Amino acid sequence: MQVNDNKEFQPLIVAFCCNWCSYAGADLSGTNRLNYPTNVKIIRVPCSCRVNPMFILRAFQRGADGVILCGCHPGDCHYTSGNYFTRRRMTLLFSMLDFLGIERDRTRVEWVSAAEGAKFAATMNEFTEAVKKLGPNRRLEDLRCKKQ
Amino acid sequence: MQEAMINKAKQLLADGTVNRVIGWKKGEFVYDITPAIFETAEELDADFVYNEFTAANVSKYLVKESKKEGKILAFLKPCDTYSLNQLTKEHRVNRDNIYVVGIPGGPKLDAEKIKAKGITGITGIKNENYTLKIETVYGEQTMPFYEAISDKCASCKSKKHVTYDELIGEDGDVLESNRFDMVEKLENMTAQERYDFWRAELSKCIRCNACRNVCPACTCEKCVFDNPESGVENKAASNSFEENMFHIIRAFHVAGRCTDCGECSRVCPQNIPLHLLNRKFIKDINSLYGEYQAGEDTTTKAPLNAYTTDDCEASIVHERGVE
Amino acid sequence: MQRIGVFVCHCGTNIAATVDVKAVAEALGHEPGVVISREYQYMCSESGQNLVKDAIKEHNLSGVVICSCSPRMHENTFRKAAAAAGLNPYLVEIANIREQCSWIHKDIATATEKAVILGRAAIAKVHLNAPLTAGESPVVKRALVIGGGIAGIQTALDIAEAGFEVDIVEKEPTIGGKMAQIDKTFPTLDCAACILTPKMVECSQNEKIHIHSFSEVTDVKGFVGNFSVTIKKKARYVDETKCTGCGLCTEKCPMKNVPNEFNMGLDNRRAVYIPFAQAVPKVATIDPNYCMMLKTGKCGVCSKVCSVGAIDYKQQDKFIEEKYGAIVVATGFNPIKLDKYEEFAYSQSPDVVTSLELERLMNAAGPNGGTLLRPSDKTHPHTIVFVQCVGSRCDDSKGKPYCSKICCMYTAKHAMLIREKYPDTEVYVFYIDVRTPGKNFDEFYRRAVEQYNVHYVKGMVGKVTPKSDGKLDVQASDLLANEQLHIDADMVVLAAAIEPDKTARPLATMLTTQMDTNDFFTEAHPKLRPVESATAGIFLSGACQGPKDIPETVAQASAAAAKAIGLLCKNSITCNPCVAHSNELMCNGCSSCEKVCPYGAITYQDKEFRMPDRTTAIRRVASVNPAVCQGCGACTVACPSGAMDLNGFSNSQIMAEVDAICK
Repeated sequence: MQVNDNKEFQPLIVAFCCNWCSYAGADLSGTNRLNYPTNVKIIRVPCSCRVNPMFILRAFQRGADGVILCGCHPGDCHYTSGNYFTRRRMTLLFSMLDFLGIERDRTRVEWVSAAEGAKFAATMNEFTEAVKKLGPNRRLEDLRCKKQ
Repeated sequence: MQEAMINKAKQLLADGTVNRVIGWKKGEFVYDITPAIFETAEELDADFVYNEFTAANVSKYLVKESKKEGKILAFLKPCDTYSLNQLTKEHRVNRDNIYVVGIPGGPKLDAEKIKAKGITGITGIKNENYTLKIETVYGEQTMPFYEAISDKCASCKSKKHVTYDELIGEDGDVLESNRFDMVEKLENMTAQERYDFWRAELSKCIRCNACRNVCPACTCEKCVFDNPESGVENKAASNSFEENMFHIIRAFHVAGRCTDCGECSRVCPQNIPLHLLNRKFIKDINSLYGEYQAGEDTTTKAPLNAYTTDDCEASIVHERGVE
Repeated sequence: MQRIGVFVCHCGTNIAATVDVKAVAEALGHEPGVVISREYQYMCSESGQNLVKDAIKEHNLSGVVICSCSPRMHENTFRKAAAAAGLNPYLVEIANIREQCSWIHKDIATATEKAVILGRAAIAKVHLNAPLTAGESPVVKRALVIGGGIAGIQTALDIAEAGFEVDIVEKEPTIGGKMAQIDKTFPTLDCAACILTPKMVECSQNEKIHIHSFSEVTDVKGFVGNFSVTIKKKARYVDETKCTGCGLCTEKCPMKNVPNEFNMGLDNRRAVYIPFAQAVPKVATIDPNYCMMLKTGKCGVCSKVCSVGAIDYKQQDKFIEEKYGAIVVATGFNPIKLDKYEEFAYSQSPDVVTSLELERLMNAAGPNGGTLLRPSDKTHPHTIVFVQCVGSRCDDSKGKPYCSKICCMYTAKHAMLIREKYPDTEVYVFYIDVRTPGKNFDEFYRRAVEQYNVHYVKGMVGKVTPKSDGKLDVQASDLLANEQLHIDADMVVLAAAIEPDKTARPLATMLTTQMDTNDFFTEAHPKLRPVESATAGIFLSGACQGPKDIPETVAQASAAAAKAIGLLCKNSITCNPCVAHSNELMCNGCSSCEKVCPYGAITYQDKEFRMPDRTTAIRRVASVNPAVCQGCGACTVACPSGAMDLNGFSNSQIMAEVDAICK
């Protein structure tokens, strides 16, 4: 969590992006100068299917307020099937987090192609706003990891 | 039944079909029964028991036992056969080294439920026409059989043996069960209520690892929670995050593999309804990817190791149920 | 102790305008393990790279972090620079502070703060980077072509032409495939046999090409450059090396009533047969389902008449194992079975035929010697109705959802040929759309309509009913005229949809290649890699990848050959070192990883382990073939114990990045 001068809550968003589509899509939104908030920090993974649920929980533990996972559109995976596995895994994981009462809007999967710079920026804007509305992550935080 | 089982075990030991038997053995108390290995007829006569308290699923022991010399006889209840099949599918057991005698399940009793009635000092129990005659050091007491049934048996999913070499008694059928009722009830609560429910439950966790150690799906050579390199290792659930983390990851690791045997909740000393986490995954898998029963066979791809191109998107979680 | 160098790029003003690069370099200089932190105008320039190289040498760096543009842009540049300075190239990490920071943010303070965090994440990751070496794997200089139709033939010829050995495996007794059954080819109307059979002969005469006819692939092991394939040579009860193809046995065999599959069952052959006169190899085959000698032990006529003693009733299936560097799949297609289309009376009337049957009926080598006669009474048909899209573009489960692509053109061809040869025959074509993209295709179709007066009717045939006078009542709708039609036809020809050969799916499993729901092989990329499968070293040729006409098939066959040749030319292939690996001590052997691997890179072996309690145990453990693994990481999440990890993107590296970002 970052706090700026006017004390407006600034969520920390971790975005996992697959190297082939979404990371390139994020690059494209940069090339096209399409703004999205600095709250979003991207971690590059080879494929969305590389993202272990443990990474997502880890992010929440360490203070992330929202985690978004971006990959190639279904059918376009560089590794042909990776994002199909991602889709099942994340659907079940998010459903479980929901079952445990964690706010739904803190997690998201979005398919962003290398050509969708605009979609990447729009998605990040939307997601940051949605998480901002929820306020800080309290239900899945680890107090020991809190910044002083 | 116990008699028939002992005789069968003796016969198979005698004719050399097997050289060991896994079953259950008397403990200190009548309800305090543990899985045990028997190698001789004498041992069987002395200690082998099968009664209303032999709820423990012995299939997990076969991971180790089936790799030893010679065949082992395993008495499996219907629910245990699902676990064995799942272990066979994952190459965790050597099925060729196991001689499975299927035995009828029948509802098992939960000693805690009897004790909860204020009945203590139990020395013996008899079921007469669904009334429990309980001998105690303070004299005989009675209670209705059905009130003492363990939770895992109360929502029994199947009386069918999915794998066996031989059966004692008749095989049963897959049952219509009410096992998702509680999951559904939780789903219909608000997120805050669900959070409060699970906080109250999971905060009881003492990280004794009983749920993991008993789980027939948790047979990893090294558990991530014991492995410093995994980055999630912890020995004690020191705060709410770690309670969540442990149980979410454990449930996720067995998702699509859990046969819903109910052992995790049965052994939890804190009575946390852990099976609900597994059932949530099972229910989601059934509704999103088609009915799937882990352990039903040894060939069907596990739902998390499979996909279809028109699977639903993760956003379905946002679209359904109570916010 | 790590010695990390951090290099922050201004990228002119691209980064420096919104990110305070000096502040970033200063902040990152205080991170643990960082021994030098510099900023520079253009890191990617030669002098920028020299800065990195000099620092590596001077400070004996153990890791390098470049804060610059996207790694997709210059990761390789800096890896090469590091390698040139003697540092393993995989000890370089890039923090993307241009595309993902300076270009999208306006506020210098927050952009600088973010750049520092991205830099920290890269430093945290590089702490855990391990030097990686790209492995090399040798290439067996021999190709396997599965399927001996025109696709397989063309691929094999091209590969052989380039100087490599090629084996063709064909399940039928002869190569040639569907094209051998076709009469004429569109849009030029030259005879299929005249252009195909010389190529078949070329195959048999080329020293580099080895034809395994009447054979099937039963097992495929290995990986790109080094496949090991088991081929079943089915018993044909004739010694291929002795048979001269004289055909005497096929004339003397007393079993005369065997349906001739080459002529689509429209006439009969003997139990011992050569599919057609130009078969390659021209060797007889005994059909064990009909041969009296094989069934009852009584007969032996063929053996008696064979002057070279080629008949061998005791022949067994033979399995041979061969190594290949590349495999080309060319399993082709078949028309679908029409049993679900009872409305067209296909099984009720012999005069309702499929287009492929019509090819045989019109072929000079066909059952009628090239004269088009009705199958029922061998009379000349005067009215012929063609029905398009039978099972193609179908939205129910009876047919196929796709367009079979070739039907519009071959129907125009049939219609034209019939009108040319028999001007007194009226020809109707019922269509949904006429699709004729292709060189000279639309002109060809228009010739059928304008020059040959073929009646094209937009609309579907609803029902075909055989009448007592031997004619067929064709009930159809004309959508343009908006009226119902009844046509008294002598023959009805159904353009049956085409589907991949049934052998394709089990083959795909063996090859660990992917298929779509229609059982067509999936190409590695629909636009950019259309003749490669996603599995390295497996290439796709012809209709096994999707419906195709002959010119397209040949083009794709040559393209697949070029790709295979490109692979076979190499002595060894360099492997991507960012691949998965399994920690055997933790592996459960549960097969989860194998199930999600799209490349079949994971295999299992039983290994003996010393257990903590001093016993030894044999455990099933996974091992990843680094030459096959492409590094997606699907297995790492499927693995419950965490035994499976990915080089370059390990669990601990990604978690270190998460931690650094969330700090």
